[in-house]
Amino acid sequence: MFGRLTIEALPLYSAIAAGGAAVTVGGALLVAIAITWLGAWRYLWTDWLTSVDHKRIGVMYIVLALIMLLRGFVDAIMMRAQQAMALNSGGYLPPEHFDQIFSSHGTIMIFFMAMPFMTGLINIIVPLQIGTRDVAFPFLNSLSLWLTAAGAGLVMVSLVIGKFSTAGWTGYPPYSGAEANPGVGVDYWIWAILISGVGSTLSGINFVVTILKRRAPGLTLMRMTPFTWTALCASVLMAFAFPALTVACGLLALDRLFGMHFFTNAHGGNMMNYPNLFWIWGHPEVYILILPAFGIFSEVVSTFSKKRLFGYESLVYATAAIAILSFTVWLHHFFTMGSSPNVNAFFGITTMVIAVPTGVKVFNWLLTMYRGRIDFHPSMMWTIGFMVTFVIGGMTGVLLAIPSADFLMHNTTFLVAHFHNMIIPGVLFGYLAGYMYWFPKAFGFALDRKWGLASFWCWMIGFYLAFMPLYLLGFKGMPRRMEQYNDPSWQPYLMVAASGAALILVGIACMVMQLYVSVRDRRKTADVTGDPFDGRTLEWATASPPPAYNFAVLPEIRDREPLLDMKERGVTFQRPAAYEDIHMPKNSAVGVVMGGLAFVLGFAVIWHIWWLVAACGLAMWIVLIARSSDDESEFRITAAEVKQIEDARFRALASQTTSRT
Amino acid sequence: MEHPTAGHANSGHGLRSYLIGFVLAVILTAIPFYVVITHALPPQSTMVVIGVTAILQILVHLRFFLHLNFTSTPKENLLAIVFAAVLIFIMVGGSFWIMFDLHTRMAV
Repeated sequence: MFGRLTIEALPLYSAIAAGGAAVTVGGALLVAIAITWLGAWRYLWTDWLTSVDHKRIGVMYIVLALIMLLRGFVDAIMMRAQQAMALNSGGYLPPEHFDQIFSSHGTIMIFFMAMPFMTGLINIIVPLQIGTRDVAFPFLNSLSLWLTAAGAGLVMVSLVIGKFSTAGWTGYPPYSGAEANPGVGVDYWIWAILISGVGSTLSGINFVVTILKRRAPGLTLMRMTPFTWTALCASVLMAFAFPALTVACGLLALDRLFGMHFFTNAHGGNMMNYPNLFWIWGHPEVYILILPAFGIFSEVVSTFSKKRLFGYESLVYATAAIAILSFTVWLHHFFTMGSSPNVNAFFGITTMVIAVPTGVKVFNWLLTMYRGRIDFHPSMMWTIGFMVTFVIGGMTGVLLAIPSADFLMHNTTFLVAHFHNMIIPGVLFGYLAGYMYWFPKAFGFALDRKWGLASFWCWMIGFYLAFMPLYLLGFKGMPRRMEQYNDPSWQPYLMVAASGAALILVGIACMVMQLYVSVRDRRKTADVTGDPFDGRTLEWATASPPPAYNFAVLPEIRDREPLLDMKERGVTFQRPAAYEDIHMPKNSAVGVVMGGLAFVLGFAVIWHIWWLVAACGLAMWIVLIARSSDDESEFRITAAEVKQIEDARFRALASQTTSRT
Repeated sequence: MEHPTAGHANSGHGLRSYLIGFVLAVILTAIPFYVVITHALPPQSTMVVIGVTAILQILVHLRFFLHLNFTSTPKENLLAIVFAAVLIFIMVGGSFWIMFDLHTRMAV
């Protein structure tokens, strides 16, 4: 009846695991009680969960990302504490538990923190920047969100019921195969990734179509903002790379569930084909995450230096070049597999080549700042911090691109330091810059600067303290993922690294404080104009937060910096002669229902509850057919309603101007 | 807004073309399964058969389900296909190169 799910699945094997489960369940209960107490269930359901509005979907993605950032960071600080203590002793975490923690840390940070953060920012901003009313497929957008959330839910549930994978975030066979790893851990990992991977593929397709087909009149490709360009390239990569991950994990699931032999040692299987397929997705994934962050940095640098972006064309071509080249470097993740020197040399050279367009971008940003009037807004600080730190990470990457050097450094903490040095400044700093930059656009009030700066400095210094010692430890030969060790010369470095993690914790606390202070003072920092930073791009031309339809009248684009162009022509805030009816997509509960069913389906497969798998599969099929036959998915906002909303905005603007003068 | 697929119903994308596509797809799926299950051919030829039927399968999908052809398809769609073909060539070709290279080194 319940497959292999028994009472044994509860995490009573260690006090810490049970504590983690209690925090998860308690946190979920607290949120539920708070919502009930506020009587907000109906509001939450009708206005948010079932919404197909790209801005609300974007906000929900980012909420998911921030929650998962907390969870992933707890994993990180637990590992740092363990390694700081575990000289000649077991520390406080048993090996089985430590392995789960590093596996879930990587899985969460990539799939359920970085991916939703990126998709959320793209969702909120790209339709505004290209002057459209919604994405090309609004319902699909909601479905993507809920499939991602279902995957994140499976990772969280593994804390309470059963165990998570111990095979690392990459899950290499044969260790992740059924023979070596018969429990549910690897299955949790596989199904979390398969389900959320479908969501990411669909998002990618959605945004490729949106950006190519839904641009405002006059917005040619070479007038698109850098963020839209990078979002386009990242979406193309998502659409093409994610199928490889789905195939790799799907085949691994077949090996585990049905005794097939794709990646086993016996019966013609080849386990090295798994890393091959995994990294065909994995390397483009790095650029899926980092390209949109590059786009954010470009927007931020230009706005806060009060200058046009230096070398726009070169930046666009560099982005496109990176997108293609990112498909030609994947073998550098397994140089030590034993390929012949020619193969390794080829991928080593392509890896060095891809550093060139990335270097071009650094000069774009530096020269944009040169002689600009720089406003050191927190977003700008994240950008400057990124440039300084990312270049160091890039250098160590070029070092690792030399196969012979990689043979020495692979699987050490040098590698760990390298990729954190790329992903924390390159990806996370970028998204946090975007979060602090576009927050007023999404909510209508700005985030507090002081706490933002405090958070930045804690993250920045914490990052150096946490990861520079790992470079040195890598040179000293310390392997990654060690639960305990017996070399006393390592411990001081690991203690410094742990103190860095503690400082980052302070940085996260500052972010929470920033949110609290900003919400408390929201009337003081309210953004009535919709353009708090004297912006240059189209998203700042509409109200903050934008009305459901974004633009009452779709703008005509004449320049690469449309809002600056409008300001120069003196046509900002000009009332249109007349409004027209606007057709908008209706909210739909189908996305939430499909996400819920996908979650139960994944859970049932993991625990081998086959009747439930069949039931969920059937239900999903029926819901999909029902949704496809629904022809009334749009509603109309009449011209009179549009006029009412717009009039209210112009009244607020007028009172703002009089009170200022 | 004009529904983009509304005009297509009368222009030859009817049930007939979908059924032809479906039957072809089933045949092209059955052939490799048959060859593998019965061991009718030596391993090398089996792999060639699987590869060729897979490519034909792609063409059938593009022609009968996505309605692409060289006369009435807009140029940007063909460009997108060419782009996809390049990426698939890199991924599949690269995988062949890597895995066959490894195979030789393991076998010799």
